[in-house]
Amino acid sequence: MNSLAEPKKWEKFFWPVLATALFLALWHYSVVWTATKIFPSPLDVKKGVAELIHKKVLWRDIIDSLRRVAIGFGAATVIGIPVGLTLGWYPAANKVVNPVLQILRPISPIAWIPVAIILLGVGDHAATSLIFVGALFPIIVASVDGVSNVPSVFRLAGRNFGLGPARLLTRVVFPAALPKIIVGLRIALGIAWLVVVAAEMIAVDSGLGYLVIDSRNSGKRYDLVVAAMLIIGLIGLILDSGFRWLEKIKSVRWGFRDES
Amino acid sequence: MVFTRDGKSTPVLDDISLEVADGEFVCLLGPSGCGKSTLLSTMAGFLSPTSGEIKIDAEVVHGPDPRRIFVFQERGVFPWLTVEGNIDFGLFHLPAAERRQRVAHYVKMVGLEGFEKAYPPALSGGMKQRLEVARALAVNPDMLFLDEPFGALDSITRLVMRGELLRIWEAERKTIIFVTHDIDEAVQLADRVVVMSARPATIQQIVNIDIPHPRDISSPRYLELRDGIFQQIGLAHKI
Amino acid sequence: MIVRLRPIALIAALLLLWQFAVTRNPIHILPTPWEVVKGIGDLLQHGLLLKYVVASLFRVTWGFVLAVLLAVPLGLVIGWNRRANMAFNPVLQLLRPISPLAWIPLAILWFGVGDFAAIFLIFLGCFFPLLLTAINAVRGIPEVYINAGRNFGLSSTALVSRVLFPAVIPQLIIGMRITLGVGWLVVVAAEMIAVSSGLGFLIVDARNAGNRYDLVVAGMVIIGLIGLLLDMGMRSLEHLKSLRWSYSED
Repeated sequence: MNSLAEPKKWEKFFWPVLATALFLALWHYSVVWTATKIFPSPLDVKKGVAELIHKKVLWRDIIDSLRRVAIGFGAATVIGIPVGLTLGWYPAANKVVNPVLQILRPISPIAWIPVAIILLGVGDHAATSLIFVGALFPIIVASVDGVSNVPSVFRLAGRNFGLGPARLLTRVVFPAALPKIIVGLRIALGIAWLVVVAAEMIAVDSGLGYLVIDSRNSGKRYDLVVAAMLIIGLIGLILDSGFRWLEKIKSVRWGFRDES
Repeated sequence: MVFTRDGKSTPVLDDISLEVADGEFVCLLGPSGCGKSTLLSTMAGFLSPTSGEIKIDAEVVHGPDPRRIFVFQERGVFPWLTVEGNIDFGLFHLPAAERRQRVAHYVKMVGLEGFEKAYPPALSGGMKQRLEVARALAVNPDMLFLDEPFGALDSITRLVMRGELLRIWEAERKTIIFVTHDIDEAVQLADRVVVMSARPATIQQIVNIDIPHPRDISSPRYLELRDGIFQQIGLAHKI
Repeated sequence: MIVRLRPIALIAALLLLWQFAVTRNPIHILPTPWEVVKGIGDLLQHGLLLKYVVASLFRVTWGFVLAVLLAVPLGLVIGWNRRANMAFNPVLQLLRPISPLAWIPLAILWFGVGDFAAIFLIFLGCFFPLLLTAINAVRGIPEVYINAGRNFGLSSTALVSRVLFPAVIPQLIIGMRITLGVGWLVVVAAEMIAVSSGLGFLIVDARNAGNRYDLVVAGMVIIGLIGLLLDMGMRSLEHLKSLRWSYSED
C-alpha cells in the first residue's frame, strides 16, 4: 500500500520477532536497571509459568474459566440467536423491544455482580450468568442486524420458489444472515472472556481471574500475576482466531469482503 | 399502479392492458425508471396492483408462485450455495435421484460443467446469470420473467447470452416476458415488443417482430423494425 | 401514536413484573422498582449522586482522552507502514484479550490505590481496541484514494491530512463510540475494587455497609442511563453531515 517495496516473505517473521525481542529486552533491562524487587523480569515469568504447570494448578484454572465461558456463551447463543432472528424478522416487535435492550445494554456485566450474588450466591452460577448477560446483547444485536440486512432479492426469490415461512427462514434468511451472526458471536466471545476474568476476580475462587488476584494477595507473587495475564491473553487470542477461521469457511466467506 | 411513499403518491403505471400467448417471447421496452420493472414485479405477484388485475391461465395472481419464476440480475444467486446447490434450490419436493438428474441436465444446458462445486463469488457475471437461469428452469416453470438480466454484463458477453437464451427458449418453449431498455436487444429476441412511455408508463405501441430466428441483424426488415421503434421513442438517428 | 407507546408499555409491564416478583417472595432482599426510585431520591438528597457521577465521569474522560491521544496517531502510523504492522500485530493481538481488570494488581503496584490506578485501567481498556480500530481503518483505505492523491501531486503531509484522515474518520468515530462504552464498563469495575468514590464504589459500598440493595440497584440503573447517554452523544457525532459520506443508511 505504501512504503518502499513489497515486503518479502521472510519479513513476515522477521519483523514481529524483532519487535517482540526488543520488547522483551526492554522489559528485562528495565527490571534489572531499576533493581526492583517486586516486578518480575521475563525470565521470572517463564519460571512462574513452569511452576504453575508443575503444580497442576494451571490446568484446573484454565478448565474452570473455559467451562464457565462455554456454559454462559453457549446459553447466550442458544437464546440470543432465535430471539435476534425473530426481532429482525418482525420489525414491529423489534421497535417495541429495542428500547429495553438499549437501556440494559450499557449496564456492565460487572455492575450486575451484586445482583447476581444476591440471587445466586458466590460461585459458579453467578459467574456463568454474568457471562451469559455479557454475551447475550451483542449476539441479539448481531442477529437482528443480520436478518434485517438480508437483501430483498433473496427473500423474493425464496418466495418465488414456493418456500413457506419456515423453509424461508431456514434456507434463505438464516444462511444469508450467518456472516453477520458469526461476527457477533466472535465479539460476544471476546466479551465473555473479559467478563469471566472479571467475575472470577470478584465472585468465585477458581479460574484464571482468581489466579491473578490470588497470586498477589497471598504472597505478592507478581511473577505469577504476569504469567497468568499472559496466559489469559493467549487463550483469548486462540478463541478469537478460532472464530476468524470459521469466518473463512466457503459458505460463509462471501459475507466478508475485506477483513483484516 | 400507484406507489405511495412518505405520503406522496406517484402514479407509476397507467392503463396497461396486455395479453400474452403461451410460449411467446415478449419484451417490455422503455427508458430506465419508466415502470417496466414494476409491471414485471406485479405480473410475478410480488406487488399488488392498485387497480385492475393480473390473470394467468384465467387465474388471478395473488402472489409469487413457482410456476412463474422471476430471474433477477445475477445478484439473485445465493452466495452460500454452490452452483449445484443453487440449481437444486427449488427441487425440495422431488426424490433425490430425480434432483441429481435435473441438476446435471441444467448445469450442462447453461454450459457450467466443471463448476458444479464452485461458489458464486468465484464465477464471472455471465456465469452467475446463467446459473440463475438454470435455477429458474430446473423447477420447470410455465413462465419466466427476466428483469434486464444482461444489464450488468459487458456487451460481448451480452451478445453471447442473448444467443444462449434463445437457444434455451427454443428447446423449452416457455412463455418469457423480458424487460430491457436496449432496443436492439428487444428486436433481436422478442416475438412482440411492447414499447412503453416514460412514467407514468403507458403502452405506446406493440410491435410484431415477424422475422424468423436466427435473425440477421443487418437484414433490411430488422433495420426497418428497429428504426421504427427508434422513431416511436423519438430518438435521433445520428449521434 | 399508539405504536410509539408500545415500548413504554413493555417497560411498564416489565417493571410491574419485577415489583410483583419481589413482593411475593418471602425473602425480601431484592428491592422493588419503587424502592429503587426512592433510593435515587435518597442519593440526590444527600448530594452523593452528583458527587459520584462526576467522579466516575472524570475518570472515564481522562482515561478515554489519553487513550485517544495515544492510540489514534500510533494506530495511523502502524497501519500506514506495512512493516510496522507486521512487527507489532502479534504483540497487540496477545495483549488485547487481557481484561483490563486483570491488570489491577499491576495497576495498584505501580500507582497505588486511587484515581491514577483507575484512570490507568480505563486507559488500557480503551487503548487497545482503539489502536486496532485505527490500524484497520488505515489499512482499509481503498488504494484508489491514495493513488488519486499521489496523481494530483500531493506531498506526504498533504496526503495524510487531505486523504488519509478524512478517509478514516468515520471508522474512527464508530471505534471511539464503542471504546467509550468499554471505558464506561471498566470505570465501574475499577471503582469497585480500587477507589473510594464513584458509581462503582457506590454499588460495593451500599452492599457492604448495610445491605442497602435499593441503592445498589439504583446505582446500576444510573450507570445504565449514563452509559446510554454517552452512547447517544457519540452517535449524534456520527451524523454530522461532513462525516456522513461513509454511512449509506442508518
